[in-house]
Amino acid sequence: MMNMSKSLLTSILRRIDEKEKSLYLSLLIAVAILPLVWQSDYVLRIATLCGIYIVLALGLNLVTGYAGQMCLGWAAFYGIGAYTSALLVMRLHASFWLALPAAGLMAAFFGLLLGIPTMRLKNTYLAITTLGFGEIVRLILLNWTDLTRGSMGLPGIPSPSFLGIDLEGKLFYYYFIVVLVIVTLVTMARIVDSRLGRALQAIREDELAAKSMGIDTTRYKIIAFAIGAFFAGIAGSFFAHYSAYIDPHNFAFGESIAVLSMVILGGMRSLPGVVFGAVVLTLLPEVLREAAEYRMIVFGGILMLTMLLRPQGIFGGVQRKKVSQTPVAVGQGKQPLYQNR
Amino acid sequence: MSLLNIDRVTKRFGGLIAVDNFSARIDEGTITGLIGPNGAGKTTVFNLLTGIYPVDEGDIFLDNQAITNQAPHRIAAAGVARTFQNIRLFKELSVLDNVRIGAHSRGRAGIFGAIFRNGAARREEATIHAKALQLLQEAGLAEYSSELAGNLSYGLQRKLEIVRALAGEPRLLILDEPAAGMNPRETEELMAFVRRLHDRGLTILLIEHDMKLVMSLCQRVIVMDHGQKIAEGPPEEIRTNRAVVEAYLGKEA
Repeated sequence: MMNMSKSLLTSILRRIDEKEKSLYLSLLIAVAILPLVWQSDYVLRIATLCGIYIVLALGLNLVTGYAGQMCLGWAAFYGIGAYTSALLVMRLHASFWLALPAAGLMAAFFGLLLGIPTMRLKNTYLAITTLGFGEIVRLILLNWTDLTRGSMGLPGIPSPSFLGIDLEGKLFYYYFIVVLVIVTLVTMARIVDSRLGRALQAIREDELAAKSMGIDTTRYKIIAFAIGAFFAGIAGSFFAHYSAYIDPHNFAFGESIAVLSMVILGGMRSLPGVVFGAVVLTLLPEVLREAAEYRMIVFGGILMLTMLLRPQGIFGGVQRKKVSQTPVAVGQGKQPLYQNR
Repeated sequence: MSLLNIDRVTKRFGGLIAVDNFSARIDEGTITGLIGPNGAGKTTVFNLLTGIYPVDEGDIFLDNQAITNQAPHRIAAAGVARTFQNIRLFKELSVLDNVRIGAHSRGRAGIFGAIFRNGAARREEATIHAKALQLLQEAGLAEYSSELAGNLSYGLQRKLEIVRALAGEPRLLILDEPAAGMNPRETEELMAFVRRLHDRGLTILLIEHDMKLVMSLCQRVIVMDHGQKIAEGPPEEIRTNRAVVEAYLGKEA
């Protein structure tokens, strides 16, 4: 485990320049020592929740931020992952370590299933279809009582054990979600900077041009949904065992909107931005707990301000280096433009 | 040897016959011009060739392989690359990324390669990167590599679109009004650039309204009007062709 996270760590660090390196390193150290410095169950719970939402939002960001496909039913994949994992462990007595990837794969499978008929749809139509998908999944979870116990939910979802040791401590969950967040971040950073990631971004920018460059746009959109949903499913599995109780209410439309808001607030296409958005919008309801009645007003107000003042998100557009804002005039380059050689 | 063979192709939009029983052969290594008045069906022919519109009747062969009604990405992979009348770059992506995306059909790395960066995927990335940089260098765009494509000037955007198309190592390059909106000097430079591509043996088909460009660049010219081919031949012949003059200027009373 140590070795794995260490090699993951070096592979992230190799990809960022020195100045950023020290920033990320200090962030990582802060995250690592947080539970030791601030020994509070409450803080640990909020931090763990932040991690779950980071994974969820990073998954959605691949679909909506990079591939440009709107999805208003993201919580469905979260719920599918949670129920898959919980039911596998409770009904079939599967190990959590098997149920976790299975939850991801099940969500990815539903991503494919949703993708195949809907990938020819665009914008509003896709948004409405995914919204419908989210509701269908929630209603199935609610009404298939033989399997899911419906609104009574699934209580007593067991904690994982490792080599016979029960891992139910809050510290275990905290450090485990930190690992999951790092794995998700590395995976996403790698996908974005690859042939696959460029194809997804090409689709977002101009679908017709992307097709003309040889990109099978339908296939790539489905791939984006499947990969994103996989991580949502992983987050769902983690959440189910962490909270030990789930019911369909956890995966309602509001959750979909919350995750989408995280992606929009921080800045689509910016991985640090999405992390930031997820953390802020997870902390916000906690900070505003005192003024519970005004919580949603503040929440909505922040989103409105983002859309009005910085529609690209707080971190959007600051990622790329060496980009001048002024157009480059023709013929002002140093060499003649069309050189005959 | 004809590289592209368009065989009696028809396309209707409702009651309108946009392309009517149109046939043409494009020989390997030539520059062919497709001209005609506005609305003659030239861009529709391009969209049929690249699979963007389905063909109603007729067949299209690339090197004797039927590409009729194949998906656009398959036709691109088969070796047909294009630019667009109204520039369609990936504006929010870098110049380099635009060209690397152009090379998409020459790569094969998928999810596994993206996430695990195995040897094959890394080598492929390196090859694509080097090729993209080389193409940009040859076109004099290397200094703008990390610029967003949308920030380039109009003339440079037009050129980048051609470079992006070249990255797919096409056998046939289709240019839809490459000189549209360019000033005379930019047009000159564009012509030199296209000539250089021709010298390397690339087959080029272009739509253009700038007659000076067409007449000096193309070895063959095909003239369309009302969806039909009304003339075909070397530029000198087209210049004096009665049907062509009538299509452009109207019949003498």
